[in-house]
Amino acid sequence: MYNVTINGKDVQIAEGSTILDAARQAGVSIPTLCFLEHRAPLGACRVCVVEVEGARTLQAACATPVTDNMVVNTNSRRARQSRRTVIDLLLSEHEGNCQYCDRSVDCELKEIAHDLTIEAPEYEGERVPSVLDTSTPGLIRDSGKCIKCRRCVTVCNEVQQIGALFPQYRGYDTVVGPAFAMDLDSVACVQCGQCAAVCPVGAISEASHIEGVWRALDDPEKHVVVQTAPAVRAALGECFGYEPGTLVTGKMVSALREIGFHAVFDTNFTADLTIMEEGTELLMRLKAALTGKAEGYHGPSALPQFTSCSPGWIQFAEYFYPEMLPNLSTCKSPQQMFGALAKTYYAEQAGVDPEKMVVVSVMPCTAKKFEATRDEMNASGYRDVDYVLTTRELGRMIASAGIDFRSLPDDEMDAPMGLSSGAADIFANSGGVMEAALRTAWELVTGRELPTGNLHVEPVAGLAGIKEASLVIEDPLPDWSFLDGVELKVAVAHGLGNTAQLIKEIKSGQREYHFVEIMTCPGGCIGGGGQPRMTTDEVRRKRIAAIYREDEGKELRKSHLNPQISEIYERYLKAPLGERSHHLLHTKYVARQVV
Amino acid sequence: MVRQNNQCAEEVDQVKLAELDRFIDERKDVKGLLIPALQRAQELFGYLPDEVIRHISRRLDIPFSEVAGVVTFYSFFSTVPRGRRLIRVCLGTACYVRGGQEVLAALRHELGIEVGQTTEDRLFSLEIGRCFGACGLAPVVMVDDDVHQRVKPARVRELLASYREEENEEHETDLVTEGVAE
Ligand code: SF4
Ligand code: SF4
Ligand code: SF4
Ligand code: FES
Repeated sequence: MYNVTINGKDVQIAEGSTILDAARQAGVSIPTLCFLEHRAPLGACRVCVVEVEGARTLQAACATPVTDNMVVNTNSRRARQSRRTVIDLLLSEHEGNCQYCDRSVDCELKEIAHDLTIEAPEYEGERVPSVLDTSTPGLIRDSGKCIKCRRCVTVCNEVQQIGALFPQYRGYDTVVGPAFAMDLDSVACVQCGQCAAVCPVGAISEASHIEGVWRALDDPEKHVVVQTAPAVRAALGECFGYEPGTLVTGKMVSALREIGFHAVFDTNFTADLTIMEEGTELLMRLKAALTGKAEGYHGPSALPQFTSCSPGWIQFAEYFYPEMLPNLSTCKSPQQMFGALAKTYYAEQAGVDPEKMVVVSVMPCTAKKFEATRDEMNASGYRDVDYVLTTRELGRMIASAGIDFRSLPDDEMDAPMGLSSGAADIFANSGGVMEAALRTAWELVTGRELPTGNLHVEPVAGLAGIKEASLVIEDPLPDWSFLDGVELKVAVAHGLGNTAQLIKEIKSGQREYHFVEIMTCPGGCIGGGGQPRMTTDEVRRKRIAAIYREDEGKELRKSHLNPQISEIYERYLKAPLGERSHHLLHTKYVARQVV
Repeated sequence: MVRQNNQCAEEVDQVKLAELDRFIDERKDVKGLLIPALQRAQELFGYLPDEVIRHISRRLDIPFSEVAGVVTFYSFFSTVPRGRRLIRVCLGTACYVRGGQEVLAALRHELGIEVGQTTEDRLFSLEIGRCFGACGLAPVVMVDDDVHQRVKPARVRELLASYREEENEEHETDLVTEGVAE
């Protein structure tokens, strides 16, 4: 341990830590722009400079390791001036228009400028021209607002290992973006929105659907229904000043009613349905693999089966692992299952003309905006999902409707697609889909409850990049006797870089599994590209814990026991993987060319 | 939704591409092969066609955006074909000592391009040459096969003008010919 003095406060900190780490520990805040948690510091923006006793020049706090007995002053005149100059220069190039900017409430540049009491332009610089990139369904990029901090580059290349973004050209002409500063649709981008999640300014954001949703709500002809993804309830509160990890499910339902949706449903319902379909699919694949035939099953039999609820992962596989497409579960994501059923099953029950129905989803995700536009997502005969709002967009809609969110009472979702089990809630967390599937599959096969302790599968929970578990099946029901003694092996990865690593090990034969869960975003959907900013690991942990609380607080914790699920099979779908399911709930994938 | 990126790909010389592949294969384990591969490609093709950049991205398994980032960072990479006239400035010892650098600076200024680049009208490309064996008459500038001796920076504009005129004349002749043909 080193002893470091920061602004007169002593802290003990491990060797290898940076001045920034020490400052945070000492409760001293240093502004940063290019810095990203867990990533090698770039030291590029120089906004974090501090005075180190004995050093001639100012040091970048994010990139300078502490030494024993180091004495640091973050607040010398020279450090303040230097920081100011950095921000003055950035502002002189910045094509800013805060009053119209999506980030006006949480812009890091604006906040630092404010804190440094920058009140007038110091330099007259040439402004970076504002070129809008609206080429993709999920994201909007505005080059004029980009301050070239490269956080998006780090996330896209290192965390997600996609490499869609990179600095192009040099000097003043530098543009951070796709090859040759072309639009995002000209490179392999999976629309995960992790770039938008880390951008400190308004240079990358989701393509807004807010206006479209208001228009639908204002149209007396339209019947507008809404579904909310599990991860939204653990993060929406942050838009209204709640601590990360505050569950606001009931208030969210009230707010959606006040906004004027005709029915408030739950994507959780179709998450439970996904477990029925995907769990059955897994058992069929196992049967085909272990016994050579699975009567009545016509789907692919490749193992391991990969989950298919995360649209960024789907596109990642379509681009980079086309040979693995037969391994992807044919199940649509819960969002798309919901859309297809809303305009068929629910429309029939409610006596609503599906043509006049508008399906809105609220998602923690930007890739869901892309998913809803996929050509094949029209199983109902209409566009299954019409609009996709991010958690952030819903926050803005609630505010603009003049709703005092904090004082709302709790309300409940509507039937027949509003009830869900705790297994559906945990779809929001990395490892949650796996746990939910095991809760049901285990019970279907053995007739007994999953024996892992409070129904959790600890080894696949949490923030480790790649997680695995195995369970030996003993004494199965007669139908599943071929599984007797089989060691069921599962793995979970989140973040596409971790996913690439896991797939590499699977392909090389180093690891072998029956079932693999992939989520595109670090931490799972709770860390999605559409969640309130900034999602750090601390925030991820709090949201994850909240989701497990939601699950544990429910009587109903297994998908197959959800009475609305039994009802939809009885009245409409008949059986998992049945004729109607096949048409409405399952899908196909396409190989895509990377370059 | 799926945009086929290279549907309009230019026809690329397969022999040169094979040569590039050989270059890459011979250095399989070399770290930092990107820049050498791009340089070799530019030598082979005269510039870096889009399809060749994509090919390098695929072969080296480096994202297209990163490869493009490197191509656009260094001025000696060009993504446009060579100009109709290749200007080579000798920077051999004799030419260097007798003001070759200044001549080069004047050309860069006059043409508005860097070494390795091509003017937007695709008339001129600018490169540095090795000794042309005319050291007694340094500094030497070659435009295609024409040798210009004892070039002075102040005369560079004149020198370029003569080629521009020539080009215009050819162009006009073309138009006239077309007119006649119609
Ligand atoms: S990015 Fe920040 S500083 Fe720039 S216009 Fe938006 S809110 Fe203002
Ligand atoms: S959305 Fe994801 S893949 Fe696309 S540029 Fe952003 S980080 Fe990269
Ligand atoms: S787009 Fe945002 S994250 Fe990326 S370099 Fe620009 S300001 Fe930074
Ligand atoms: S945050 Fe330290 S240099 Fe950018």
